Amino acid sequence: MSLELNDIRKSYIEPGGRKLPVLAIDRFQLSDAEQVALVGASGGGKTTLLNVVAGITSPDSGSVLVNGFNIAGLPEPARDRFRAEHIGFVFQTFNLLPAFSALENVLLGMSFAGGKCSRQDATELLNRVGLEKRLHHRPGQLSVGEQQRVAVARSLANSPALLLADEPTASIDTANQNNVLQLIRDACSERNVSLLLVTHSPEVASQFGRVEQLHDFNKPGEAP
Amino acid sequence: MNLLTIAYKSIRQRALASSLTALSVALGVMLMVTVLVIYGLVDDMFRRSGTGYDLVVGPKGAKLQLVLNTIYRVSQPIENLPYRFYRELKEDPRVGIAIPVALGDRTELNAFPIVGTIPQYFTVEYMPGKKFGIKGDLMRDPFHAIIGSTVARQNGWDEGSKFKMVHAGTDDHVHDEEFTVVGVLGRTGTPDDKTVFVHIDGFYLIDGHDKPLGEAVRREAEFFGEEVDEQALQKMIDEEDSHDHHSDDGHHHHGIHEAQKEVTAILVRTKKPIMTPMFQAEMNEGIQAQAVNPIREISWLMENIVGNVRRIFVVLTALIIVVSGVGIFVSIYNSMADRRREIAIMRALGARRATVFSIILSESVLLCFTGGLLGVLMGHGLVFIAAPIVEARSGLLIDPYGFEPLELVLIPALIILASLVGFVPGMTAYRTDVAKTLGD
Repeated sequence: MSLELNDIRKSYIEPGGRKLPVLAIDRFQLSDAEQVALVGASGGGKTTLLNVVAGITSPDSGSVLVNGFNIAGLPEPARDRFRAEHIGFVFQTFNLLPAFSALENVLLGMSFAGGKCSRQDATELLNRVGLEKRLHHRPGQLSVGEQQRVAVARSLANSPALLLADEPTASIDTANQNNVLQLIRDACSERNVSLLLVTHSPEVASQFGRVEQLHDFNKPGEAP
Repeated sequence: MNLLTIAYKSIRQRALASSLTALSVALGVMLMVTVLVIYGLVDDMFRRSGTGYDLVVGPKGAKLQLVLNTIYRVSQPIENLPYRFYRELKEDPRVGIAIPVALGDRTELNAFPIVGTIPQYFTVEYMPGKKFGIKGDLMRDPFHAIIGSTVARQNGWDEGSKFKMVHAGTDDHVHDEEFTVVGVLGRTGTPDDKTVFVHIDGFYLIDGHDKPLGEAVRREAEFFGEEVDEQALQKMIDEEDSHDHHSDDGHHHHGIHEAQKEVTAILVRTKKPIMTPMFQAEMNEGIQAQAVNPIREISWLMENIVGNVRRIFVVLTALIIVVSGVGIFVSIYNSMADRRREIAIMRALGARRATVFSIILSESVLLCFTGGLLGVLMGHGLVFIAAPIVEARSGLLIDPYGFEPLELVLIPALIILASLVGFVPGMTAYRTDVAKTLGD
């Protein structure tokens, strides 16, 4: 899946009523099945950018073209549906639901896409991330590394074309960081999934063939 | 994974709080079901018992008291009517069936009411299309008795059992005369089940049931507005005094003048329904007695007195259920602060606003529905347990398997309540700002 951002502008209104520009991207492109590391400092708009790409937040202006289709112009329910069906999301803090087992967390990801929830597919995904013996454990019963693996499996539940990863290794110990990162990259490669991974870690970024510095193309201070 | 499963998992996460709120709904519903079922059964029992006869004829006085005493064997008899009045009424061309009843005494064991009547009582349908089933025989001797099914069960009596009766009044005097059970009635679901019927002739033969001859003749003459021939009366009294009143079989046998016999009421069925209103009107115009339509009196009682009590109970229990609903609201609403992040995660995974709203609403509905279902079961369980106790203490026959159609409205009403109380927390979920919440 290709991703193309054109003339994206996004501002927040501060408590005093003043506008705070966060994104001002003239153009950003991601090719089909490409894996890109996006590096930026805290508060630089990385998460906002991912939210805009995922359709969680609407840009003030500009277009977000996914395979040439502008999702920024869609109403919210349609963006939600598009996200559920085509975009996977891995969060920094895993964001697993504590009431649900590992298997159920993956099934939950499937249920919002409107298709059928296949226990077999969910089980295979968890097997793929090495959790075949932890299917029925709840997040509280899993290690931090295992929780992130469940989150990776969940992000792949609906066979997305684009995977967005927001600092996916930031909350994991160094020993597990590479494993999880490799897992995400391998899973995307196997499925031809485009990957946009946000990180502030040069070590993580160094493993990607293409690394973009957010401040190189995001110039909110220069926005008109 | 459907919405209900997701809602159920969330409820399970807060098992204690969820169980307590569902239990509070269950208790409210249990009380309402109990009130509805018991009232329904009492209403049914009262209406059913009164349909066998067109009119109850008795002394002037409170109409409702006459019906309650004659048919339901509660309250005290108003007064008595002369037996001659019954005999003359029976001859009225409009009267098809006239059954005299004499009430007052009770059994020594378990204090079941005793009714003196004639064998014809058991050959008449006690309600349209329903005839008495009798195991044994009808009363053919003055000291024969037929007992209701509850009496037989509770007292352990059967054909051949003998019993004595306790005189109505304050002295609890046990009469010497002994009655023999010759028949046991099948269950009717009416007060007859817990009544002992004795032959009316035997009722009069009991020592103390016949008034002194002089007093009885004067009362009868006064009732009919006639003069008393004092000389003839004195002669009758002298003859009465010279008789030997005791026989070898231990019973207090002696001849009884008709004036000494009195009935507390007469159950009447007219030959044609069209005759009933006119017969009743004529009876009520006179000064001797009144004729009361038992169905009308019971309807009045159920609608104006019992019905109001029922309405109060239903309103109170409905309030309890509403308060339970508020409990569910508080429980879910308080949990929303902790669950804002879960909602945001679901939204980030692609759940629409309407979906998360529906999940919260489903939680509310699940709690109310489960509580309601549990309450219905508990309510019927309570009726089942309470039925024999209520029957023993109040005399009201309660079917432990009784069902009130209004119960069918309860669960849909609970779902509406759940939707109302789940709306505000649902809207909180609906309005969750995903980016901000995940950022926090």
